[in-house]
Amino acid sequence: MATPELERILARHRRDPLQLLQILIEVQAREAWLAPATLSAIADALGVPRARVESTASFYSFLHTRPAGEFRILFSDNITDRMLGNQALMKSLCDKLWLEPGKVSEDGLVSVDTTSCTGMCDQGPAALANGRTITRLTPARIDEMAHLIRRRVPVGDWPPEWFHVDDNIRRRDVLLDHGLAPGNALAAALDRGPTGLLGEIERSGLRGRGGAGFGSDIKWRSCRDAWGDAHYVICNADEGEPGTFKDRVLLASHFDLVVDGMCIAGMAIGANKGFIYLRGEYRYLLDRLETRLAQRREQGLLGRNILGRGFSFDIEIHLGAGAYICGEESALIESLEGKPGKPRIRPPFPVTNGYRGQPSTVNNVETLALAALIAVHGGEWFRAIGTPASTGTKLLSVSGDVERPGIYEFPFGVTVAEVLEAAGARDTQAVTSAGAAGHCLAADEFDRRIAFEDVATGGSIMVFDHSRDMFEVARNFLHFFAHESCGFCTPCRVGTAVNARLMDKLAADRGSPYDLEEMARMHRLMQGASHCGLGNTATIALEDILAKFRPAFERRLHSPEYEPAFDLDAALTQARRMTGRDDAGAHLGDNREALAAERAHGQGNPASAEPASAKDLQP
Amino acid sequence: MNDSFLLDGEDIPFTPGQTVMQAATAAGKYIPHLCWHPDFAAHGSCKLCTVKIGGRFATACTVRASAGQEVENRTEELDAKRRTLLQLLFVEGNHFCPSCEKSGDCALQATAYEMGMLTPHFDHFYPDRPVDASHPDVLLEFNRCIMCELCVRASRDVDGKNVFALAGRGTKSHLIVNSESGQLADTDFAATDRAAEVCPVGVILKKRVGFAVPIGRRTYDLKPISAAGTEGEREDAADKTALREKEAG
Ligand SMILES: Cc1cc2nc3c(=O)[nH]c(=O)nc-3n(C[C@H](O)[C@H](O)[C@H](O)COP(=O)(O)O)c2cc1C
Ligand code: SF4
Ligand code: SF4
Repeated sequence: MATPELERILARHRRDPLQLLQILIEVQAREAWLAPATLSAIADALGVPRARVESTASFYSFLHTRPAGEFRILFSDNITDRMLGNQALMKSLCDKLWLEPGKVSEDGLVSVDTTSCTGMCDQGPAALANGRTITRLTPARIDEMAHLIRRRVPVGDWPPEWFHVDDNIRRRDVLLDHGLAPGNALAAALDRGPTGLLGEIERSGLRGRGGAGFGSDIKWRSCRDAWGDAHYVICNADEGEPGTFKDRVLLASHFDLVVDGMCIAGMAIGANKGFIYLRGEYRYLLDRLETRLAQRREQGLLGRNILGRGFSFDIEIHLGAGAYICGEESALIESLEGKPGKPRIRPPFPVTNGYRGQPSTVNNVETLALAALIAVHGGEWFRAIGTPASTGTKLLSVSGDVERPGIYEFPFGVTVAEVLEAAGARDTQAVTSAGAAGHCLAADEFDRRIAFEDVATGGSIMVFDHSRDMFEVARNFLHFFAHESCGFCTPCRVGTAVNARLMDKLAADRGSPYDLEEMARMHRLMQGASHCGLGNTATIALEDILAKFRPAFERRLHSPEYEPAFDLDAALTQARRMTGRDDAGAHLGDNREALAAERAHGQGNPASAEPASAKDLQP
Repeated sequence: MNDSFLLDGEDIPFTPGQTVMQAATAAGKYIPHLCWHPDFAAHGSCKLCTVKIGGRFATACTVRASAGQEVENRTEELDAKRRTLLQLLFVEGNHFCPSCEKSGDCALQATAYEMGMLTPHFDHFYPDRPVDASHPDVLLEFNRCIMCELCVRASRDVDGKNVFALAGRGTKSHLIVNSESGQLADTDFAATDRAAEVCPVGVILKKRVGFAVPIGRRTYDLKPISAAGTEGEREDAADKTALREKEAG
């Protein structure tokens, strides 16, 4: 890299080590990858150990510490992308470019790989080309893409319609129909003052929309009461849960309401500074959002002395770089501070020890937008919507086997069946209630209600009709978690990998009931022993799918007994070749036949056929 | 009046601010652990010290002791989970104990004995992690790293050098050193650093002292880790050094 260019980037970030991730993202945008010398130069300039820079650079999927190709194509690999045919498209692109997935072409031109859900499930199959989102891939688009890459046409010059992202709003309620002008809610909140506003939030019964449903008034009050040099508002726009894309639509089309919500939170907790942590997959929104923030500053709706009312609050947008775990609030804060996104020890919680160790509230995009509505209409108004324990409406991202995928705003308490009906689902076999990390419902549960007290959701509703293989759904989820585990704690780091391997073993028709018990055992370990929500929720859907759709697994069992993951006889192929033997004695008989024969003779003792490892103690 | 809590039914006194692990260790009780060390801030990553407090799982090294707590530690349920955690650590790396210089002094091995782990149980991952022998006095055998970050903490907090860090994510997590070449020889690491002696397994090994104490007479050959690894941790370390000096003649 030309040193002046690096200098400019470093200067813009005040050579602040907390800006390390942002610096790495910008440097890579120019360099395509982060060379060892580049990492050293950055470490020197920031005055931090080089190992710390490498640690961050190597944690995030979208940062490359090895050459990654001039064109880097990543196919979104959520189950909904798979259902829409992403695998065939990826294979076709690889074939056309003479590539192996995950490897850079020999001339250094291009690499093709998969990435976790990009949040485009309503208009997939999707991909990222040098970080830019492409929707609705088709075989024709893949053909053309191969041509463009071979002719080295910069991604910026590719057909603009490829990058078009629709909102697909299908049902509006109080939030999506708010009709407020920018700053309206903020003015209303300033009229109420911090105490008045917190009272309304409490009366509203607002619970966080990021998944856990924590009472927003409690969070804000404890943050306000926490002593610190500064307080911070953090908007969690990481939206990494497979199948969720509601925050994307709020940011794209209701950004002013979200910003009003952040300012309001700032007023409530006594903060002057806010951050939006925007997932790397939504990079395409960044310039638009920055522009809008600048306009608001000019309009007196952000920055110093907002609306001339003596309240100052400003917002900085930080980009993520491909790590689902950064949605977890303490990991998000680590990432904001330029570090790998690994969850912190809690307590202390962010409300007392957050960004820079100062009191911080982390809220979901939708929560902040709703807080803005409450500032205008009051808590009673909000509480009249939804159910007593789950007030207000919920944005649902609906995708999969439905006629009309997109965003549906429903009051809490709506049944799953009503959502399916609205979206045009037919012959539905199963529904995820909270993406890969939540429960999976079978048809006899569709009369259940979406609400914290029944079917809790962050908003990811993926629908599977009877043509779908639920085993493949579970397998996709387990690979997702194995890929996204931050690696900090043993049960999740290794447990997710063991699960993914077991599913591949089953998929290769080498599984046994024993392997299913292994996964159940992993579930028991990971739930409770894991450090954060990722490991604690990673096997919930698996557990449900195993229990409710067991035939999908049983179909794949090769034998009723233990099976090794590898084919013993095939493993001897090379030895046979080397020794020039191919007689019967050089082959291992088919395990299954041998077992069947033994059993037929009534002398089968399955335990003795098991290798030692299968006899180990079971928790 | 002293504050106390119950650990497997026994009264354990504590001073306010102490964690369950600190209080238990001070009382001579063993809570299995790998990433915790009395001299360093808690990390809470290995999860071996998972206990049950009031029916909920928590890591003893990070949770504060409080009066009247009922802590379950060495129950069959918890030890079974620990066995599984150990098995996961064993298959994730490449641990060939019979050929490892750390055998007998290794906390991973000793804890596995203590927990009655008989086999690795899971299919091995067989990671490919080349050894770094570049440094004149110290060898890095990355294949055995359990990601406890003790060396990271020791180098950063005691030596003030930041020689080590963990890089990567998930199962791609791996130890790195602070040099552009990636080689230990190109860092300011010294065999006298605190980080050179904290590794609980056989990753950071001093050259030319291997097998000075023969296998069979090493720390955990003499006492199980439940006896050697708690409050006597440092005294034993001193014993060991004395023994080693004697053996070396
Ligand atoms: C692995 C993991 C990923 C998460 N991802 C998100 C996310 O993308 N967006 C989000 O708002 N919350 C996410 N959360 C929840 C946050 O930690 C946090 O609870 C939430 O942002 C709080 O906001 P709320 O109170 O407004 O719901 C995630 C949690 C975990 C454990
Ligand atoms: S549970 Fe998984 S994601 Fe969470 S800290 Fe542990 S390894 Fe990281
Ligand atoms: S090298 Fe040793 S001390 Fe360092 S992280 Fe690995 S196992 Fe822990």
